[in-house]
Amino acid sequence: MHDGLTGFRTLLYKEVLRFWKVSFQTVGAPVLNALLYLLIFSHVLDRHVTVYGDVAYTAFLVPGLVMMSLLQNSFANSSSSLIQSKITGNIIFVLLPPLSYREFYAAYVIASMLRGLFVGCGVLLVSIPFVDLPMAAPAWIFAFGLMGGAILGSLGVIAGIWADKFDQLAGFQNFLIMPLTMLSGVFYSIHSLPEFWQKVSHINPFFFMIDGFRYGFFGQSDVSPWLSLAVVGVCFVFLAVLTLAMLARGYKLRA
Amino acid sequence: MTSPAIRIVSATKRYGSLQALAGVDLEVAQGEFFGLLGPNGAGKTTLISALSGLVRPDGGIFEVMGCNVVSDYRNARRNLGVVPQELVFDPFFSVRELLRIQSGYFGIRDNDDWIDEILANLDLTAKAGANMRTLSGGMKRRVLVAQALVHRPPVIVLDEPTAGVDVELRQGLWQFIRKLNRDGHTIVLTTHYLEEAETLCGRIAMLKSGKVVALDTTENLLRRFASHSLSVRLEQPEVAAALGGAVTAGGWADFPLDRYEDLEPLLARLREAGAKILELRLGEADLERVFVEVMNRA
Repeated sequence: MHDGLTGFRTLLYKEVLRFWKVSFQTVGAPVLNALLYLLIFSHVLDRHVTVYGDVAYTAFLVPGLVMMSLLQNSFANSSSSLIQSKITGNIIFVLLPPLSYREFYAAYVIASMLRGLFVGCGVLLVSIPFVDLPMAAPAWIFAFGLMGGAILGSLGVIAGIWADKFDQLAGFQNFLIMPLTMLSGVFYSIHSLPEFWQKVSHINPFFFMIDGFRYGFFGQSDVSPWLSLAVVGVCFVFLAVLTLAMLARGYKLRA
Repeated sequence: MTSPAIRIVSATKRYGSLQALAGVDLEVAQGEFFGLLGPNGAGKTTLISALSGLVRPDGGIFEVMGCNVVSDYRNARRNLGVVPQELVFDPFFSVRELLRIQSGYFGIRDNDDWIDEILANLDLTAKAGANMRTLSGGMKRRVLVAQALVHRPPVIVLDEPTAGVDVELRQGLWQFIRKLNRDGHTIVLTTHYLEEAETLCGRIAMLKSGKVVALDTTENLLRRFASHSLSVRLEQPEVAAALGGAVTAGGWADFPLDRYEDLEPLLARLREAGAKILELRLGEADLERVFVEVMNRA
């Protein structure tokens, strides 16, 4: 039986199956990491810090940790899958079939979003016993979760295609993704920062992803969720266009 | 008029200072068993990669079953199955999972009947549930062949398919490929085992430095480029040179023979020259000699 979407669906299925087969490493480990962050930071800071007036620090921290885990794992999924396939050479099994570059992009990004969402939901679930977490506007949670996953999934595709060795990919992750995540307000409200660093935070798109996501929980945020949505939307469109252009040209894939 | 299985016109590709393809023209008719030979770096893999969309050529036209590999890439790729040279595999999946996934990439669902048939023909049925990592090199090679066949392509390109495969499995593989050819599949083979190419291929192209330097039926190539030969060990080897023979070590001398009919006159001339023959060997024309001759001339 033939149909036009089977190729795309198969690539998506393969990418999901790939991380699911090693879910202990790809889902379980990041959830455990986030839980450790939660236990340590909440133990140290919960009695000393409140945010947005009366929000306990642990409650404030959880959405940040959920989003941080979601973003990092979305990036890890597409980037690691692509670089492994390139280095082992099995990328040809995806390049030989009649898949369009749009199907290629969509499959890798959606699979990344799914892994990010799995991990994010896992972190949220294990956090529930430790914190009383409101959900003031779930639609915003959903919107920023999806957009964040799509942005980092796209960045992962870019990094996976660009990098020729694991070392380069690690550089991308450690010198770009990690600092942008850590300096985005996961662990603090930017209002607690000096004015200069507040301004710096405003040029970090990860800040808007996390701030908008957090708005969905508390109905409060450092900046308007609409502004965050606009910034995140522009980032996604830019990265999607860039990634599609790379794939259309066959950059580093079809020499 | 049916379109050729493969049509390549003025193909060029350069990697930096290396001209990998320097204007290749090639046509392979439907149903042919075609050989693509050449030394390492001749451009065979680049040509196959450009045909299958893995490499973007700098210029030229590539068509598979009349479908342009750029403007009509979906149909071109559906018509083509490629067995790559490198032993590559996805370590996350079992053999059957891989074949189902590969079928899906080509838009085919519910392909298990054909997958079972391929597995049986390639002697892989017992390994259907095994993870790729656990297979031997020869088995991995056969899985690559299976992956190229899951979508039943009319044109199959095999890039060094028997490298690392033991003799028994190699015979089985060729039996299966011959059956596919008899069923109407066009086969394009690159190999360094020239005796395989000689036995299997009806027509052969030889590449050197990105150019086609010979293209003909296997029979014609053998006739044109390689004669039979007579090797004799003589008591007085110096006699051979006067009669057009090439003296080699150990008192041996080689004489080219265009036809077997030339044998008796040559022996008569040796007798007349007073040469005493101690040993004698007849050499058959083979593709290896053709290959060496063509590469030296090009």
